[in-house]
Amino acid sequence: MAGKIKVATTSLAGCFGCHMSFLDIDERILALAEIAEFDRSPLTDIKHCSDQVDIGLVEGGLCNAENVHTLREFRESCKILVAVGACAINGGLPAMRNHIPLQECLEESYLDAVGVENPQIPNDVELPLLLNKVHPIHEVVKVDYFLPGCPPSADVFWKFLTDLASGAEPSLPYELVHYD
Amino acid sequence: MPSTPSDMKTIADIVARHDADPTRLVQILRDVQSTFRHIPAAVMDRLAAQLSIDRAQVQAVTEFYTFFSTEPRGRFDILISDSITDHMLGSREIAAYLCECLGVTPGQTRADGQVSVDFTSCTGMCEQGPAGLVNGYALTKLTRDRVERIVELVNDDTPVSQWPREFFAVKDNIHRADLVLGTKLQPGSALRWMFQRGLDSTLDEIAKSGLRGRGGAGFGTAMKWKFCREATGSAERFVVCNADEGEPGTFKDRVLLQSYAHQVFEGMTVCGAVIGARRGYLYLRGEYLYLHEPLNAVLAERRRAGLLGSNIIGRPDFEFDIEIRIGAGAYICGEESALIESMEGKRGVPRNRPPYPVTNGYLDQPTVVNNVETFAAAALIALKGGAWFSAAGTEKSKGTKILSIAGDCARPGIYEYPFGTTMAQILADCGGTGAMGLQIGGPSGIFIGAQEFERVLGFEDLPTGGSFMIFDQRRDVLEIVRNFTHFFAHESCGFCTPCRVGTSLLKNQLDKICAGHGGKADLAELKHISKLVRATSHCGLGQTAANPILSTLERFPEQYEQRLKAISFEPGFDLDGALEVARRMSGRDDAHAHLAQEA
Amino acid sequence: MTEHMLTIDGQRIPFTEGQTIIEAATAAGVYIPHLCHNPEFKPHGSCKLCTVKVNGRNCSACTFPAADGQEVLNNTQELNETRRTITQMLFIEGNHFCPSCEKSGNCQLQAVGYYLNMLDAHFPFFYPSREVDASHQEVMLDRDRCILCELCVRASRDVDGKNVFALSGRGINSHLIVNSTTGKLKDTDISVDDKAVHVCPVGAILIKRKGFEVPIGERIYDGQDIGQVSLEHEMPIVEEAEHGR
Repeated sequence: MAGKIKVATTSLAGCFGCHMSFLDIDERILALAEIAEFDRSPLTDIKHCSDQVDIGLVEGGLCNAENVHTLREFRESCKILVAVGACAINGGLPAMRNHIPLQECLEESYLDAVGVENPQIPNDVELPLLLNKVHPIHEVVKVDYFLPGCPPSADVFWKFLTDLASGAEPSLPYELVHYD
Repeated sequence: MPSTPSDMKTIADIVARHDADPTRLVQILRDVQSTFRHIPAAVMDRLAAQLSIDRAQVQAVTEFYTFFSTEPRGRFDILISDSITDHMLGSREIAAYLCECLGVTPGQTRADGQVSVDFTSCTGMCEQGPAGLVNGYALTKLTRDRVERIVELVNDDTPVSQWPREFFAVKDNIHRADLVLGTKLQPGSALRWMFQRGLDSTLDEIAKSGLRGRGGAGFGTAMKWKFCREATGSAERFVVCNADEGEPGTFKDRVLLQSYAHQVFEGMTVCGAVIGARRGYLYLRGEYLYLHEPLNAVLAERRRAGLLGSNIIGRPDFEFDIEIRIGAGAYICGEESALIESMEGKRGVPRNRPPYPVTNGYLDQPTVVNNVETFAAAALIALKGGAWFSAAGTEKSKGTKILSIAGDCARPGIYEYPFGTTMAQILADCGGTGAMGLQIGGPSGIFIGAQEFERVLGFEDLPTGGSFMIFDQRRDVLEIVRNFTHFFAHESCGFCTPCRVGTSLLKNQLDKICAGHGGKADLAELKHISKLVRATSHCGLGQTAANPILSTLERFPEQYEQRLKAISFEPGFDLDGALEVARRMSGRDDAHAHLAQEA
Repeated sequence: MTEHMLTIDGQRIPFTEGQTIIEAATAAGVYIPHLCHNPEFKPHGSCKLCTVKVNGRNCSACTFPAADGQEVLNNTQELNETRRTITQMLFIEGNHFCPSCEKSGNCQLQAVGYYLNMLDAHFPFFYPSREVDASHQEVMLDRDRCILCELCVRASRDVDGKNVFALSGRGINSHLIVNSTTGKLKDTDISVDDKAVHVCPVGAILIKRKGFEVPIGERIYDGQDIGQVSLEHEMPIVEEAEHGR
């Protein structure tokens, strides 16, 4: 299937809402499948990108070390990296913890909260460590495009991907630009 | 926390001393700060009630000026000047040593409340640094020996008034005097001449002299006076002398006020007569507190001599007096409309212009605001005539300019030159021949390289308010620029978006590049922000805040490029450091508990 | 009386003596983006979004007096890019989380972002720590969203005669304060009918229990852009002021 654009997606500190919204393109997914092929994505359950992916869509911001690794690997693999949704663009809801020091967050969650039994800070090496603050992805890697919205509507995904596939510079008309 | 009846009495006394005049709020807060070492919330309520102003205004003013604090500072409050010229004289090492000996962290008051140490913007002692302030009074030539003595004095609780006088010695260091510094003015002589000649002709002489404002902007002095004089519908007119000499590297006004005060006050009085003002103010920067008493003594002397007050030099129709107002640590108040706001007891935020102060200045009345040096020159012009002054200088820049020379040269100090003098000449005179670059006009001016030393002093080429900093080959251009850029971020008043946010962004972006985390795109970004801040800021501070970056990027691009990494992108914050809290709390230090800065 | 004229983007715009450029533009149906300006109040000039080029020089249209023969540039790519950057600065210096904000859809900051096709905030975020004041029964103050435009300050001072608000601090630490001993809204005489409660262009000052009343799709900027909304609202105000002049 030469000529098809390869699209990958990933979700960092997000809620999967952007992925859900993407799926809202409904039957247009058939038309999309004509021009695009899905690589790494929670939708395909492929865990790592193949060599070079044309477009990588990132949902969610960075709240822990694993997010950073995932994002960097993703950036490395994708020719075009796209920040999708409020969390990827400005940290979104997870970033609302940013004005609370991490120490207080952890103490409140694992030590002091009502109902906590056997209070301890989780320390398994399998668990990613939290960053002091949640960061949007453009603070850690270079980002090529941004699709705002919480989530961006299905039309945003559709317009953006079909623009790119047709070789046009993607642009969103007024009615598709939303921060909420 | 002051709450006792005697504390309340102290506050009432302070307010009474200032006639419960709300325009004197900054002065009142200075007294409160010096009495209680901070401005407690309870005092804010009290002041608001006694001055019949909003509590919010008291709080807003308190939180604007850096010499005020809402948390107690030490009984000995020491501030170290953070000007680049102080850095070059070892101020950072001296400060570290001081903090170590005293057991304090910069910015925090020692647990016993005895002492606090912090940094402050240039204190105007650039040629006799490292400099600082203790309880507001200027300290010069700080050495390790002096630091050790200071530590003893602080720990022994010796009042500042009993500290060795030499710690506070401020020298003039005049190395070259010309028209303004070299002409003796007998107090009152300019006033007598003015009345003999007539006010109109005196204004004509000022016009003929070609005198332009010495603060840096260079507006025609006679024109300004004329506009103010002709402003209609006003109840009163005012003369304001801008002695808020805050541009880092400038200290010539300090010398004029220390040794030529009569001349400055005489110039203000001439202006008062010409424009028809009865009141004049000298707005003295807080860092020059040590000049307050001597200046008041000169004012008293002039009153006794019939040169101020009513019936000046026996003229019943001429009444004029001068009052000193003191700032409290805000560079922005050097901007004339911000200065006026400060004089009215408000935050020092520049006004929208037009209208200009000549029609709507202090208390909304026509006001002339001129620099110290401008008044000093005006006094002599009133005495000697315009031609005497305009004979020196160039076609567009008449007369002379007083420079404050500091940095890498053998003889730093005060030099007065006719406009048109080359940089090379100046460098030869002060022994700065090894210079790699010059910062002309302070951080808000420009940085020039050695290939430009044939350029000349003057509004048409290199204008300056007086700051002249010399840097030799040992100096790192980016460190200089970083110092200036941090200065602007610290001093931005916060009124307009581009300056408030932009100066912080510039600071962060430059730090990122200097720390070695920047790529090509970061440099482009730095330039982009610089241009925006320059083009869209509300006042001169913001419009010039990016000058250090832009003028060095133009001349020393390689200095920036050397710091860049061949990467597409790297974070501007410490990624591994951002895991520190989580590592500590989970007790982990395995490979997964770390992140590399670079991908 | 001869008619006064200036041009904006080449279009001839009449004005009356004493008008600012933005007033002349508004009266003529030309939108110049702005946030701190509101024709009901004294011009302020702090947000700098209304930056225009007047005879080649940048000026704030909201404070700069209109004058005969001025050639004003407004809707140019360069100026709109500058305005977008300024808007981005406003976003990163505060904590603007639109999805959880009651003002979303009716917020001028957001609407200006839409108008300028701002898709991201570009700069690293400052994530400042700012105080929320929920002490008052009916009025809520969320400083995270404050853009320091001082409209509430002006409204409370000039219309309500109460001086409830003021700006304090300096530089990037500037912040809105409340005029009471505790610094809390509950200890002021602010009332829900005050002008100051209704002028906030963002979601910093809100009336409690009113959030999310209007469904998505029917909010102010869902259908119309801020240029249209602004002119519709502000033209009559400017015209009235013109007649009163």
